[in-house]
Amino acid sequence: MAGILVYALHDDEGNFNKNSLGAISEAAKLAGQIGGEASALVVGDVADDAAAGLGKYGAAKVYRAKSVPEGLAQPIVDAMAKVIGDNGISYALFGGGLLGFEIGAGLTARLGAGVTMEVTAVKVQDGKLVAERPILQDSEIADVGYVSEPGIIIGRLNAFDTNETGGTAAVEDVEVELSPWSTKATMVQRGEQRGADVNIEDADILVGGGRGLGAAEGFKLAEELAESMGGAVAATRAVVDAGWYPYAAQIGQTGKTVAPKLYLAAGISGAIQHKVGMQNSENILAINKDPNAPIFEFSDLGVVGDLHKIVPKLTEAIKAKKGG
Amino acid sequence: MKICVLVKEVPDAAVQKRIDPSTMRLDRSGEKNLNPFDTHALEAAMQIKEGGAILVEEVVAVTMGPDSAVRALHKAVALGADRSVQLTDDALAGSDVCATGYSLAKVLESESPDLVLLGQQSDDGECYTIGAVVADHLQMPSLTQVIKIDVNDGKLRCERQAEYGYDTVEIELPAVISVGDAINEPRYPSLKAIMGAKKKPLDNKGAGDVGIDASQVGEAGSKTKVLALNPPPAKEAGEIIEDEDTNETVEKIVAWLDERKLI
Repeated sequence: MAGILVYALHDDEGNFNKNSLGAISEAAKLAGQIGGEASALVVGDVADDAAAGLGKYGAAKVYRAKSVPEGLAQPIVDAMAKVIGDNGISYALFGGGLLGFEIGAGLTARLGAGVTMEVTAVKVQDGKLVAERPILQDSEIADVGYVSEPGIIIGRLNAFDTNETGGTAAVEDVEVELSPWSTKATMVQRGEQRGADVNIEDADILVGGGRGLGAAEGFKLAEELAESMGGAVAATRAVVDAGWYPYAAQIGQTGKTVAPKLYLAAGISGAIQHKVGMQNSENILAINKDPNAPIFEFSDLGVVGDLHKIVPKLTEAIKAKKGG
Repeated sequence: MKICVLVKEVPDAAVQKRIDPSTMRLDRSGEKNLNPFDTHALEAAMQIKEGGAILVEEVVAVTMGPDSAVRALHKAVALGADRSVQLTDDALAGSDVCATGYSLAKVLESESPDLVLLGQQSDDGECYTIGAVVADHLQMPSLTQVIKIDVNDGKLRCERQAEYGYDTVEIELPAVISVGDAINEPRYPSLKAIMGAKKKPLDNKGAGDVGIDASQVGEAGSKTKVLALNPPPAKEAGEIIEDEDTNETVEKIVAWLDERKLI
């Protein structure tokens, strides 16, 4: 049967990941078109009603592998490979996120299956799935088909919207034998928050800071500008990993997704991983000294210049205007 | 122990990349360079070697690619690798992720590494996945996008960002680790190292030498096929200001913000 299996990631409190839920809804839609059903795999100690509740997003069935730990890819590869093999599933679909990339990649090797990643849309052609994958910094979109089944599709962050159609999924427990190498990585600590807790998701105005700020001290410029406009400060992964700004302010692939009225990108190149977290902002203003920075391709106003010269003056000008 | 670092030759960042419509493959003509993400993997290998927590006998740079890819290996050796291995075979051309991961795993298998390091992505393919594909073929534990590696009692303690914050993971060797660019600042090669790079040993291997099943690689062995290329949905181009007179630039920005009632 031409089924589609989705991996449903959850946090330590049991909340399912939004991208996983979106992937379930997408799978349900596609499964209807290829004459199959959508199912989901959950691992760890997920309660009956929580697992069955995935039916609300379109899963007809939920496979639960209680003995498989959540959070690391390889044990989940074991579980998905078993469910796909036992049930003759045609496609594995992942919502955007790091773990889905790793599990999908592991499955590729395990099953000798074709894989497409960073997928922004999936369509049906001749009863088979075709993945749309932007390539070369989103300058072209490749339609990728699968020569054989199963096929693996890894979505880009926020590619698939959730759709609550209602319903309850049947829950089936599966026993999974872990591969020897799947037990050689151990989670010591999961989901550690580092740095101050800041709330950027509710802000109408965000000033995003990237490597172009030059150093941790450079964030002072971003903070002053944000303050002049009554906004908050966000950051790219690169500067968070470099320790310039707290993780809670990070936007993108492994951070938060925002859609403020104004996103002012200061010294941000606009790599895909950042773009996916902020591209739905109503107005995007970018300041960057590199005229070839990708951010200028999706900004509404692009300023090519040195932010260290422009931002302080802009802050003063906004203060003056507000004061007057 | 032996560390293998996977490297790749990619079109230089300044080259406008395009797909050759006749083959649906990336046009790789023009200036090329060592994938910038790989320099972080090489630096990570050198830091483990120099760190002294574990004895590293050798660092080997490994690539798969056409003859020209030897230049990426020369750069890798200039950055500290002791020797290099190049897998070259016409049969490999057009391999997709599945076939490429299999081929790389085969050439790595012939080296029996204790640790495989690679960059989290290539500048051209942007797949992020090769490390995890290779790891499953090699039956080794793996972690991708790692930003910190400590060696303790012959095990690795790695940190990386995942969906819910920072994860700390302990991994037994042998293992495959892909590193993010925040892990380190790669060193610059010395002039002497650059001059000496071509003298370091380089093994050339064909698909048959490392036991690659030819039916599993190349275009024919690939499991995905590019059916069509389409332009992305048109987006209205934004306005661009070149900052020549900063006071004037700021005025224009303020007017733009004001017009949209953002201040």
